[in-house]
Amino acid sequence: MNTLFKHRLAWPLVTLLLLLALNAGFNSSFLHLEWRDGHLYGSLVDILNRAAPLMLVSLGMTLVIATRGIDISVGAVVAISAAIAAWMIGGSLVIVDGVATHASRFPMWAALAGALGVALACGLWNGVLVARVGMQPIIATLILMVAGRGIAQLITGGQIITIYYGPYFFLGSGYLLGLPFSLFIAAAVFVLLWWVTTRTALGLFIQAVGVNPSAARVAGVRARRITVWVYAFCGLCAGAAGLIVSSNVKSADGNNAGQLMELDAILAVTLGGTALTGGRFSLAGSVIGALIIQTLTYAIYSLGVPPEVNLVVKAGVVFAVMLLQSPEFRQSLRALVQRPAAGARP
Amino acid sequence: MAAVDATVPVLELRGVSKQFLGVRALSDVGLRLFPGEVHALMGQNGAGKSTLIKVLTGVHPADAGEFRLSGAAIRPTTPQQAQQLGISTVYQEVNLCANLSVAENIFAGRYPRKNWRIDWPRMNAQASELLARLNLDIDVTRGLATYSVAVQQMVSIARALSVEAKVLILDEPTSSLDEDEVKRLFAVLRQLRGEGLAILFVTHFLEQVYAISDRITVLRNGEFVCEKPAAELGAPALITAMIGRELASQSSAAPTARPQDAKPLLRAEGLGQRGQLQPVDIELYPGEVLGLGGLLGSGRTELARLLFGLAAKDQGTLQVDGQPVQLDSPADAVRHGIGLCPEDRKTDGIVADLSVRENIALALQARHGLAKTLSREQQAEMAERFVKALGIKTASIDTPIGLLSGGNQQKAMLARWLATDPRLLILDEPTRGIDVAAKQEIMDEILRLAQQGMSVLFISSEMSEVVRVSHRIAVLRDRRKVAELPAGSSEQAVYHVIAAQEA
Repeated sequence: MNTLFKHRLAWPLVTLLLLLALNAGFNSSFLHLEWRDGHLYGSLVDILNRAAPLMLVSLGMTLVIATRGIDISVGAVVAISAAIAAWMIGGSLVIVDGVATHASRFPMWAALAGALGVALACGLWNGVLVARVGMQPIIATLILMVAGRGIAQLITGGQIITIYYGPYFFLGSGYLLGLPFSLFIAAAVFVLLWWVTTRTALGLFIQAVGVNPSAARVAGVRARRITVWVYAFCGLCAGAAGLIVSSNVKSADGNNAGQLMELDAILAVTLGGTALTGGRFSLAGSVIGALIIQTLTYAIYSLGVPPEVNLVVKAGVVFAVMLLQSPEFRQSLRALVQRPAAGARP
Repeated sequence: MAAVDATVPVLELRGVSKQFLGVRALSDVGLRLFPGEVHALMGQNGAGKSTLIKVLTGVHPADAGEFRLSGAAIRPTTPQQAQQLGISTVYQEVNLCANLSVAENIFAGRYPRKNWRIDWPRMNAQASELLARLNLDIDVTRGLATYSVAVQQMVSIARALSVEAKVLILDEPTSSLDEDEVKRLFAVLRQLRGEGLAILFVTHFLEQVYAISDRITVLRNGEFVCEKPAAELGAPALITAMIGRELASQSSAAPTARPQDAKPLLRAEGLGQRGQLQPVDIELYPGEVLGLGGLLGSGRTELARLLFGLAAKDQGTLQVDGQPVQLDSPADAVRHGIGLCPEDRKTDGIVADLSVRENIALALQARHGLAKTLSREQQAEMAERFVKALGIKTASIDTPIGLLSGGNQQKAMLARWLATDPRLLILDEPTRGIDVAAKQEIMDEILRLAQQGMSVLFISSEMSEVVRVSHRIAVLRDRRKVAELPAGSSEQAVYHVIAAQEA
């Protein structure tokens, strides 16, 4: 039991289970799953589906944070990617041979490639600013965080672009093998990352760069190159999240898509046990962190917390969770509990 | 010895024990410091010197033991507390803030105040005064980073003296000082000793022990071996006490004649960098140890950095195997089979949070790139092999390297590069801060590697080491190469060249 609790994922998992139990306690149908319309249906599936974009962004963010960096532009990149995809697809109802069908402005593959390509370019921009120009990561990515919303607005012409193209909706609301398709995207990225960071030396390099960039460079690790590509990958993840988000809501809103997602992603990574000081990281932890945040959001809505105060409630819960996960806090708590007991002895 | 009552120890430790993660670092150790004495604490790497100091100054809690200061029992639990009690410490690694000014560093945490505001003029004046006591006249308002490591070391001593101290602890204060600076430091220590201070001094330099110490305590493997007046414990007896056996006679480089047709592995012509190094010609042959002689700041490290792609040359050419090469990054140098053990182990060498295994595997893995990843088993096998071959003391290969003692970290750095099977290994101060026996082991290893055909560039502040292992000695002065001496040159010969045109 003790060794179980020493595992780095133990506390994030306990937190997630507590939140799930809380939901189940207030809503008896919370854990209920049923097969309907050829797919699984229920609150849990809903949480998984809605958490997928955040999982993707958090996975990218995990690597950035492991290199002792941070990327606060991911929310803006989500908006840019959503705007590009929405604009390139657009969609209109046309009558072909007497049958009403959806037609996109560009082929869907081109729209996906365009959106992901631009997101990758955004990440590369961040990476070059950090690794080559030598800017502080938070400042370097602040530039795109601020400018990105403007870029997204430019693409959408300041409007919310509505998408009319059935096949595109599959990304965010389709089902494969009874499960949300977006989940497969997040899972694929997770497996890919897990494989390259544990089965190749990339994990070692990223950690070495995060702990001591100078020593990594002297050991012959191409530290700058790795940093650039880690940011690029983070941008790509944000781009994929943007596709899912826009597909899910069938529109792109340059102003609100991915709003505050950078903070949720940083929080998810931290909840998952990766320290902001770089070095050791946990991909699974970040996925659990994203699930914690989504479950919490779900709980706040389903408990009927008034919308005006839900951010305050969220902040309160996050505060409590972070305290629980802090070894220093747990130790002082233990000391408080044990001292009177020890003093009671003669 | 000063005319203070030197019969009662000002600080006495008895039966001190300490374990780290189940590894016994200290067991039943005692220590007595007398007022007006310089006391040398001696022992090999991992003997427990640093641990004893950390326990004594409240950095780590002791598991057991009795501490008495002027007869009263004490048990400092934080360094601040120890300092308030009058125990001031200068740690092995300079731990000051490079971005603050000299004066700010000296008074960090207790700036003199006037009307709620920091009294800058007073602080600067007091800082200058303290440094004047150390015979150092510098601008205390300038950033610490603008001064040399030696000056920084003096600043940390000034910081330790800025509070009323009864006991001053110096953990390897001389490891980054050149000879003149050591003399100056010793003059200061003698003065402080005369004022009745008890000084605990940790060093690996034997000649310094005898130059300054009145009394010696020896530790071995975390245990107390003996405490004797320095006059009664000669150097051979001291070494025997430290290593527990007699030191094997020192080997010296056999001046092997290079074959007439030998081709240089690396050739630099007019290699230079503005403001760092005047153009230098240098050739390195397989199977040869080239020593770099010169004082601190003579351009030794700058040359090493250029040869390893850490700095960019702005003139001259570099050839490897007769082919011109351009080294833009260490990765390029590594690809050509060059390795570098950097001078500053902490900032450029170890990756503290990663395990010994990962640290040893890092350079080879970087050379292989991502495509050819070493499995965990391969890494472990390699790490185990080097831990055994170099005698690295560690609880396991999965221990974070930051927990190892300095000498063992240094051996792990050597292992990291040996694992890449380099053709040229540049060793910048590989023996700094490590004990006599480990020094000997590392130098033996260097000679063995050269015999197997590796080319070694050996940089050390200790001329006796340079002279002992080198097949040739290139002498640097004022950032330029002034001469090349053959094997078997004496230390005096090297110093003669360094001093020759200085008048």
